[in-house]
Amino acid sequence: MDLQRVKEYFSWLYYQYQIISCCAVLEPWERSMFNTILLTIFAMVVYTAYVFIPIHIRLAWEFFSKICGYHSTISN
Amino acid sequence: MANPGGGTVCNGSLHNHKKQSNGSQSRNCTKNGIVKEAQQNGKLHVYDKRIVESFEEAPLHVMVFTYMGYGIGTLFGYLRDFLRNWGIEKCNAAVERDEQKDFVPLYQDFENFYKRNLYMRIRDNWNRPICSAPGPRFDMMERVSDDYNWTFRFTGRIIKDVINMGSYNFLGLAAKDNEYLMTVKDVLEKYGPGVASTRHEMGTLDKHKELEDLVAKFLGVEAAMVFGMGFATNSMNIPALVGKGCLILSDELNHTSVVLGARLSGATIRTFKHNNIQNLEKLLRDAVIYGQPRTHRAWKKILILVEGIYSMEGSIVHLPQIIALKKKYKAYLYIDEAHSIGSLGPTGRGVTEFFGIDPGEVDVYMGTFTKSFGAAGGYLAGRKDLVDYLRAYSHSAVYATSMSPPIAEQIIRSMKLIMGLDGTTKGLQRVQQLAKNTRYFRQRLREMGFIIYGNENSSIVPLLLYMPGKVAAFARHLLEKKIGVVVVGFPATPLAEARARFCVSAAHTREMLDTVLEALDEMGDLLQLKYSRHRKSVHPKLYNETSFELKD
Repeated sequence: MDLQRVKEYFSWLYYQYQIISCCAVLEPWERSMFNTILLTIFAMVVYTAYVFIPIHIRLAWEFFSKICGYHSTISN
Repeated sequence: MANPGGGTVCNGSLHNHKKQSNGSQSRNCTKNGIVKEAQQNGKLHVYDKRIVESFEEAPLHVMVFTYMGYGIGTLFGYLRDFLRNWGIEKCNAAVERDEQKDFVPLYQDFENFYKRNLYMRIRDNWNRPICSAPGPRFDMMERVSDDYNWTFRFTGRIIKDVINMGSYNFLGLAAKDNEYLMTVKDVLEKYGPGVASTRHEMGTLDKHKELEDLVAKFLGVEAAMVFGMGFATNSMNIPALVGKGCLILSDELNHTSVVLGARLSGATIRTFKHNNIQNLEKLLRDAVIYGQPRTHRAWKKILILVEGIYSMEGSIVHLPQIIALKKKYKAYLYIDEAHSIGSLGPTGRGVTEFFGIDPGEVDVYMGTFTKSFGAAGGYLAGRKDLVDYLRAYSHSAVYATSMSPPIAEQIIRSMKLIMGLDGTTKGLQRVQQLAKNTRYFRQRLREMGFIIYGNENSSIVPLLLYMPGKVAAFARHLLEKKIGVVVVGFPATPLAEARARFCVSAAHTREMLDTVLEALDEMGDLLQLKYSRHRKSVHPKLYNETSFELKD
């Protein structure tokens, strides 16, 4: 029963996406083209986030800790 | 066509205006929205209605999504136009001939782009043919499209008993009604349907004279003149009233017929913001002080053009203030009561009765018989010398065929019904039923959380949809549930404010309205249309906690 509700909820969400982005009034081939482009962009965003965000956070952490460490060495 | 006063609910808007307008109506005093006009002509006019109008603004995410939707539609429009231009796709739209390809392009402006790429996709929601009288329920012909709305074909089936929320049938007089239509049938048999002449030649019938006397009596004015077509009444008669050297001040949301008539007349036109009395006063002052543009001579005439109820907003004109302004600055007032005649006021006499104003205060009354009377045509009414002048100088009287006799008889019998001259109170009951239905419908929609525009007494209820995808989905789903609604988008409304417009009728029963409201509730949840901030909670409290006392 829960699975049914979840499926209904997702199909309702997909319907909302279709209405808001005008996919509901586009022809099927336009719809698939739009969905493909959107999914491609989304996949690229996710991949970039997965690859680069940990490195960026680590670099930022090092940068800030170096400044604080510099301060602490000065104050000593 | 900007959204006026966005975000404000005008409770007693007269009171608000008084605060800002520094004695512009120095003879009025306001007190919590109650206006008393000072003694004029020995009569004390007391206007004690609070105008409750609201034009709520949508939340920000809705506007963002609306523009995003239009943006995606435009991008795909460019793509399709490219494909059509390069011959990859067959072009079904109008295109110039090969010999004319080097001429100035005909179909490249925004209107044509919009029509080809955005309107065409959802075109099946408009121009739907019906095949019965437009009563509270009607029959619709079913049609399908095989090539995405470029062409339609009829399947031959008829969708029966669709609830009619779109026809301008305010008093329910547009239904087929065998008992009451006896007089219309007799007149049809006696006079025939056609008149075959203009008013000036052989086209003035005794039916027209009877109708004109009745219209004058109904409105409480000296004389009236009727014309065969409502649109032509405005567009052909305003040129007869004003000309070059005159000034027209018209509301920015006036109907196309009024705008066309104003442009045809050759007068200078200045528009004021919708129902905005300060703006109108500023324009009047500038007109009186500075005169005509280059010569600074006085204007020959200043005519203010307003409507009783505006058909896309559902707002009612602020008549008492406009009348005060027109008296102060000596301007003339022309009011187009197409939607408000028969539907406003305790006995249906229109917007002057609604506000309790003496009918002699407005100079020119115009109205149509299409909406509340179930016929066709329009009238112009006012003082006798005005109407006599129009009989001679109106374009419509000289060149247009006069009103058909069975239609004149239909208007006569409807008007007699509303006035009570047939001896019953059925007409008055219809007017009161319309007011009840209007208030109920609007109140329920507001409680559900939809954004509704307009005055709480106007029977035109625009429900805002905003996004183009939702417009199409709304109309299609409601037709599946056998409810016929009219949805309106650009260019009749501003681009981002697409809406569904309901016309409440006296012929709707409580059950029909409840069916419609239930369907709207469901649609609102399915399509997420309940944008209003003033939504009542879903589970109202049944008792007041603080006053609940335990009894030992």
